[in-house]
Amino acid sequence: MNTVLSRANSLFAFSLSVMAALTFGCFITTAFKERSVAVRLAVSRVTLKNVEDFTGPRERSDLGFITFDITADLQTIFDWNVKQLFLYLSAEYSTKNNALNQVVLWDKIILRGDNPKLLLKDMKSKYYFFDDGNGLKGNRNVTLTLSWNVVPNAGILPLVTGSGHVSVPFPDAYETTKSY
Amino acid sequence: MLSLDFLDDVRRMNKRQVLNFGMIVSSALMIWKGLMVVTGSESPIVVVLSGSMEPAFHRGDLLFLTNRIEDPIRVGEIVVFRIEGREIPIVHRVLKIHEKQSGDIKFLTKGDNNAVDDRGLYKQGQHWLEKKDVVGRARGYHCLLQGFLLHLPKQPGAGHSDIIRGLM
Repeated sequence: MNTVLSRANSLFAFSLSVMAALTFGCFITTAFKERSVAVRLAVSRVTLKNVEDFTGPRERSDLGFITFDITADLQTIFDWNVKQLFLYLSAEYSTKNNALNQVVLWDKIILRGDNPKLLLKDMKSKYYFFDDGNGLKGNRNVTLTLSWNVVPNAGILPLVTGSGHVSVPFPDAYETTKSY
Repeated sequence: MLSLDFLDDVRRMNKRQVLNFGMIVSSALMIWKGLMVVTGSESPIVVVLSGSMEPAFHRGDLLFLTNRIEDPIRVGEIVVFRIEGREIPIVHRVLKIHEKQSGDIKFLTKGDNNAVDDRGLYKQGQHWLEKKDVVGRARGYHCLLQGFLLHLPKQPGAGHSDIIRGLM
């Protein structure tokens, strides 16, 4: 321990070990916690159009418009190892073309310290709900669920789905008027 | 001047010290390679280089990756993918998936902090990503002092500092 370099090296190695121990403690105390809560979802309006997919492949595809409500209290999920929650409302359904489709309609970031109680009414989707083809027309079973990605200070990044979902039947005909 | 002192130290090391040194380096390497096998990923630990996933991930944070092919790709997941012709992998969130009965899947990604999806980043004419583009999933996270790791000097034998590489 007689050069600056060897002292700096030992110091660095020691701090790294301490940080590793802290990280592990942070992680192990919250790793097995239940992170799901009850969520109430409701859909007030469903409209269906068929247009060229301008967000990507330029083929005529079904475009859905959903107006929804979300009620949830996420207070219990936040603890000292949760930095933020990335919420996303996703629609899951199956069509003739694809056995499984999942589309994120809306998302929101809730940081620790922000209001964790959600009371959203008449929300419009943030992202265009294009299908890969024409599979939304007459689709009786499009299920909406609210999920969240827990971002910790240190630890696992789990994806948790709230308990509570709503099934939306899509209309059999396309809407031709300009309304949303 | 500093480098000459270092070389003198090396010459003064006796056989036991050299062996000791070799043990440390090889055990570090074994742990790293072991991690690669367990996670299935080429780089199990990466450093975040861009701000496109803020406020979740900031520059300098650590991500722990796995790359198990049997893990299904679902929306909300944070995947690490490489675009054809580009060297640097990108770590973004899955926004949309369309999976066929056969298991063939095409999906779209978007960075949390970006206003639009990643279609502008994909190759010209490419609208979707496929399983073959995925090089890992982000499974764990560690927030770190901003930029600290990116400024570490890369010296051989400087302990464990060169185990962690930036990749995004």
